[in-house]
Amino acid sequence: MSNGKADVVDVDAGTSASSLKTAQSAKKAKSLGKSLFNWAAGLAILFVLWWFGGYLIEINPDTTNFSDFGPIPTFKAFPELFAIGKIQAAVMTSGYRLGAGLLIAIVVGIPIGILLGRSTVFRELSNSPFQLIRMISPLSWEPIAVIVFATWNGAIVFLIAVAAVWPVVFATAAGLAKVDPAWFKVARNLGAKPWHMVTEIILPAIMFDILTGVRLALGVGWIVLVPAEFLGVTSGLGYSIADARETLSYDHLTAMVLTIGIMGYILDSSCAMLIKKYSWHHGR
Amino acid sequence: MERRNGVRIDIGDLTHRYSAKAPITFEQVNITAEPGESLVIIGRSGCGKSTLLHILAGLLEKTSGRVQLDGKDVTEPSSHWIMMFQAPHLFPWMTVEQNVGTGLRFARWPEAKMKKRVAEVINLVHLDEFAQNNTQDLSGGQQQRVALARSLVMEPDLLLLDEPFSALDAFTRATLQKDVRAISKQLGFNLVMVTHDIDEAVIMADRALVMAGSPGRIVHDFKVDLEDPRERQDPEVQAMRAKLMEIFHQAAGVPVDSSNEEGDDTSQQDVELVGN
Ligand SMILES: Nc1ncnc2c1ncn2[C@@H]1O[C@H](COP(=O)(O)OP(=O)(O)O)[C@@H](O)[C@H]1O
Ligand SMILES: [Mg+2]
Repeated sequence: MSNGKADVVDVDAGTSASSLKTAQSAKKAKSLGKSLFNWAAGLAILFVLWWFGGYLIEINPDTTNFSDFGPIPTFKAFPELFAIGKIQAAVMTSGYRLGAGLLIAIVVGIPIGILLGRSTVFRELSNSPFQLIRMISPLSWEPIAVIVFATWNGAIVFLIAVAAVWPVVFATAAGLAKVDPAWFKVARNLGAKPWHMVTEIILPAIMFDILTGVRLALGVGWIVLVPAEFLGVTSGLGYSIADARETLSYDHLTAMVLTIGIMGYILDSSCAMLIKKYSWHHGR
Repeated sequence: MERRNGVRIDIGDLTHRYSAKAPITFEQVNITAEPGESLVIIGRSGCGKSTLLHILAGLLEKTSGRVQLDGKDVTEPSSHWIMMFQAPHLFPWMTVEQNVGTGLRFARWPEAKMKKRVAEVINLVHLDEFAQNNTQDLSGGQQQRVALARSLVMEPDLLLLDEPFSALDAFTRATLQKDVRAISKQLGFNLVMVTHDIDEAVIMADRALVMAGSPGRIVHDFKVDLEDPRERQDPEVQAMRAKLMEIFHQAAGVPVDSSNEEGDDTSQQDVELVGN
């Protein structure tokens, strides 16, 4: 748009409300276009760097065997992996494990978080045990989990749940701390039954915080998932990576790594959208 | 809303202390009121007004004495007597309409009946055009109107008001004072209101009770015999105000600033709930 044209729009906007609206929505569309461009440009830069790294590996005689790590072989590997259903199967299996682990983390984490936020005794009693257990790397439970659970699958779900439960617990408790105590007084006066306090007051009031916790939990669970699948199982994204390394198919390996990134990105973005939807806080 | 609401209030020898070690908050409080009567309790910060209201609402357990509404002891909160606070304490994740319908949802009213009732009450407090709004986008006065509607939707016999307008600007406050009084007279329910604003007492009260001392007592019971609607600038209202001012001055033993600036914003939050 030329300078002269922009001026015309401004003058119009000053004279009528409807063209002001048009100008505003044009502005909005412009800023949306800009952020969309930046989004794409960011990804493009990432790919250029990747390509450049692959190129350096390829021209170096010492590392040229590993040139399949580059973007072009990787993108060639995708259709192959899709055709034999490898990506779909790995995503489904890992997705199931992640989903099950997260579900357990949520079902266990929210009530504990509510208790933590509402009861001083429980808070003081649980503080040091929780901090202690929380600091144990989730993966260090693996040997124990393998003994306790009949299947590797069960063990992996457990590891994800152990890692993911803490963000849910602490986000829920933090949300409760911001709940206006007068809401309970008002609700009681309006005839709320005890369960109404949970379903009508607490949960909607802290849905934002819970979902924020779930988003963090998802990130942690996703990170734990891959190394957990390196051992024992013969399915899933982690296994596929380990398997590709064994068979020296580096293009498959990178394709799987990229799949992990994309899946994680999609899950995280969905969570972010949910958070936006359930946020009643102003300015968020 | 055809039913005439209102209750006979009977408080006798009421004494309260927050714990065995705490000083007595108030003692020998005796108050009676006829159905539909508006009482305004005036007193300085800390004399126990909020505590008294919480006990009357069943939100706080009394230490000793009698608290009866229509001859029945008040032992727990009920949607027949509803308390409002200085802040509206709306549920910010709900629209205006949903906020107003809260008590009806708790009581499992059928959807259609509830919608109709909510619309009626929203109309009563002049918020029709805001029914679908987010409460956080409303002004302080509008938010307090939503809180009022949320209380009125239950058709209370008694509305307890703990300095409900003290955070509002003078103009909004004056409008709400008149509206609340008019609605209470229209529907016939009792008001028991706490304030440290003498003007407010003169505009709102059928009877003004002066609470003073430590431990607090009701030291004066004053009939505010004025026609409705009451306008601040009316000579009768002005004369009544001067009289009440003098009584308050004598009773409380301190010059009173009626301009309403020196309110304690937090004392109502200090009162603990029964069994929570
Ligand atoms: N939860 C509580 N525990 C102990 N003391 C309280 C509590 N709430 C209020 N008080 C005390 O009781 C007295 C009366 O308080 P309140 O009823 O809030 O007075 P008012 O509303 O007249 O300002 C004050 O001295 C206050 O500090
Ligand atoms: Mg008070």
